[in-house]
Amino acid sequence: MAWVNAIIQGVLTGGLYALFACGLSLMFGVMKVVNLAHGDLAVVAGYIAIGVITVTHVPVLWSVVIVVPVMAVLGYVLQRTLIQASLDRGVLITLLVTFGLSVVIENGLLQFFTANSRGIGAGLPLVSESFSLGSQIQIAYLLVVIFAVAVVVLLGLQYFLSRSKYGRLIRASADDSEAVQLSGADYRHVFGICAALAFGTVALAGVAYGMYSQLSPTTGTDTILLFAFAAVVIGGLGSLWGTLLGGIVLGVAQQIGAQINISYEVLAGYFVFLAVLVLRPQGLTSRRAQS
Amino acid sequence: MSTPGNGERPDSGPPLLEIRDLVVNHGQLRALDAVSFQVFPGEVYAIIGANGAGKSTLLRTIAGLHRPTAGSVRFDGQDVTTLRPERRARQGIVMVPEGRRLFGSLTVEENLKVGTTYAREGPWTIERVYEMFGWMRERRDQRTAQLSGGEQQSVAIGRALVTNPRVLLLDELSLGLAPVVVQRIYGMLPQILATGLTVLLVEQDVSQALRVATHIHCLLEGRTTLESKPADVTADQVEAAYFGLADAAAAGQPAEGSESLWPG
Amino acid sequence: MSVVTQPSTRPAGGFRVTRSRRNVVWTGAAALIVVVVLALFPYIVYSGTTAILVQAFIVLTMASMWNLLAGYAGLVSVGQQAFVGLGAYFVLILAINGTSPFAGLPVAAIGCGVVALPLWWLVSRLRSGYFAIATWVLAATIMLIIERFSSIGGGTGMPLPGFTGMDPTLLVAYTYWAALAVTVLTLVVIYLLLRSRLGLVLTAIRDDEVAARSSGARVGLARMLVFLVAAAGCGAAGGVLAISQLQVQPSAVFTVQWTAEMAFATVIGGLGTIEGPIIGTAVYMVLQQTLQSYNAWYLIILGLVAMGVALFARRGLWGLVDSRLNLRLFPVGYWLRLNGDHLDGLAPPGRAGKSSRLASRASRQPAGPDAPVAARDNKT
Repeated sequence: MAWVNAIIQGVLTGGLYALFACGLSLMFGVMKVVNLAHGDLAVVAGYIAIGVITVTHVPVLWSVVIVVPVMAVLGYVLQRTLIQASLDRGVLITLLVTFGLSVVIENGLLQFFTANSRGIGAGLPLVSESFSLGSQIQIAYLLVVIFAVAVVVLLGLQYFLSRSKYGRLIRASADDSEAVQLSGADYRHVFGICAALAFGTVALAGVAYGMYSQLSPTTGTDTILLFAFAAVVIGGLGSLWGTLLGGIVLGVAQQIGAQINISYEVLAGYFVFLAVLVLRPQGLTSRRAQS
Repeated sequence: MSTPGNGERPDSGPPLLEIRDLVVNHGQLRALDAVSFQVFPGEVYAIIGANGAGKSTLLRTIAGLHRPTAGSVRFDGQDVTTLRPERRARQGIVMVPEGRRLFGSLTVEENLKVGTTYAREGPWTIERVYEMFGWMRERRDQRTAQLSGGEQQSVAIGRALVTNPRVLLLDELSLGLAPVVVQRIYGMLPQILATGLTVLLVEQDVSQALRVATHIHCLLEGRTTLESKPADVTADQVEAAYFGLADAAAAGQPAEGSESLWPG
Repeated sequence: MSVVTQPSTRPAGGFRVTRSRRNVVWTGAAALIVVVVLALFPYIVYSGTTAILVQAFIVLTMASMWNLLAGYAGLVSVGQQAFVGLGAYFVLILAINGTSPFAGLPVAAIGCGVVALPLWWLVSRLRSGYFAIATWVLAATIMLIIERFSSIGGGTGMPLPGFTGMDPTLLVAYTYWAALAVTVLTLVVIYLLLRSRLGLVLTAIRDDEVAARSSGARVGLARMLVFLVAAAGCGAAGGVLAISQLQVQPSAVFTVQWTAEMAFATVIGGLGTIEGPIIGTAVYMVLQQTLQSYNAWYLIILGLVAMGVALFARRGLWGLVDSRLNLRLFPVGYWLRLNGDHLDGLAPPGRAGKSSRLASRASRQPAGPDAPVAARDNKT
């Protein structure tokens, strides 16, 4: 029964990981940018939320209403300035700049907020309570809510990309950013919108993780970035729902590892990631082979 | 060594597109060397020349995808030389790029919808494009990556048309297509011109260009070797200009009895 | 003024190809003197200074390796800390079993090179962004695996045995010389590597990978060798690190901060040049020493400067110097010496995008203004 519990935990954690991963997948799928500062930006969002709550005493969930738009705007600005400038200079420079950004953010947080970890909404019933199914299965409310949020976000993104004007422009720019200019669209603006979306989801991910666990300056790279990347690779690049599948596989693998030995949790996830990398690098959902 | 005289249209009013002394470098290579010409409303102006002559570079520079080293591009009297490509498109200079360059993961209709996003006012709508290309309406939800070359070319033209351009730039329409298909596509030109558009095209197939063009302009290694109306030149003169033979400069009326390519 | 693509006059007396300009004799002698002076430091300066220099040597070794990876093979690795850590643990394991840690250094280097082989197989097919994060994941995985073994310290680490009873001053001196030796060896290896045929392939990859592949160069093999060499180099640096800290802690040796330091030092100094990492390390050490009391600040500033350099001065500080003086301390290219008449209108090579041409090109990546092709040296 403990195993069933573990698997359910793993599946639900997959929702959290999907939130981590969908922004990364969006930015890489559309703009070919691997944003090494992705995780750190989630942590920044979490810290902003903590700051907002501390200063204004709004309920925890209201901080989301503030943090997500703020991060979205930050995403647009960062994309139009730093990231576009890096893209114009090539892949190497983009990796260097985003890596630099990651280091600067982490050390900046370290400098101003110390290495202590903080949580969000520690006292809330939503965060601390769980319900039972039968006698041996305990499910935290928070995980279910996060999973639901992840599904809603993915549905929203899918709808936006397939039906809306900007969604169409984003997909077109992903296919051919030069040709989209010939149709009158400024692809830099389109990329900016895409980044805003990605950063918005990253903000949700940061707040969610702050509630589920704790945030510290190094959480961005230790946990969020690497798990996000693992979810994207396992699920398959170019597929939004793939990030959910990848997240679930990652979560389940981790929980199974934890059942064997509590300290194998993270390691088990990485092993699955490496296995996918070797055996099926295009991921589980992709139909094409990776070029 | 351009051929003067036959490019002038004294009583046509102001030119729609004016290229002056355009110089474009690709790194160390000079792709265009002081090219000049004018395109007037309603014309079909064809740029011909061998591979590497600079034709596509010329079109791409006019569309805004290349920055010229020197010279200017004027559209409707305004200098657009430094204008970004999407702004030119919104003003009415729209290119159908070489190789179609459709958005492969989008459907036919979605490709056209992208075209309408920043479209100007005008007669062209998605509906009208469907009327012109009869087969398109049924296949409109198909992803364009699955279409044949000729079908893709039609969609690419449609995508440009729905923006209601004033000048339509066509880059190597015939590339990779069967002659029958090419004929059919060029056969659409009259319908397009009838709505008040002007066409500037690049074509490697010289006889095809001569059949549809009102004016031709030949490039060789980035320089103009011939500019004329098709009726006013002989096959020999065109060939000489195309390949850069010594007597390309011999302008003037075709000799009595020699082949004239454009009747009347 | 049109651009000419072939010479308008032919050289009267022919030409010959040489490996370097005349200044190499002087720079070689100067380098030797520098090394000798550095070797004498333990006799001249306080141990505080040598300790700082040991740190500098470690960073310089790692930066040179990262430069090889990213600047020449086009591989942006964010996981080199894996080899730094492994190198430290190789030394630790040998020391636990009775070998002198110093003797463990070559083992660390070779051991890391060997471990790198299967790791290369895992990541070699990945494109740049994926390659970067995959190396990061590998490093994290390796650290987690090592932490499982309590016999080598587990998650908390353990002190490095093998030095009990040694005179402290002597230990400091030996550590210093070991660090110096590793660094000098690293630079020599890199210099010889880049002078060889492999180096030519790497320079071609650096300038234009597609062109390099299509000209038949064994790109895949070259990159693999670079990956292995970089692993070995970082492993040796890790071994020196262990010796200098007298302990091995997983979180200290496997931290991604090492990659940050080697990457930033390289970028600031000049990516794709041998001299670059040297200058970059100097900048890094200056920053670190002046901001030491401000904890994380030196990394913040280092990071910001590196980002700025990457965006606005891609060839780094050395690139700025070099484009003015046309100086090369480590000659690895080819010079075309022309006898007799001045050669007019010999076209410089195209900008970044053309592969190296043996007889007419100096080893320079022309990311900025066109590099001069030949030393029009009439003095011959």
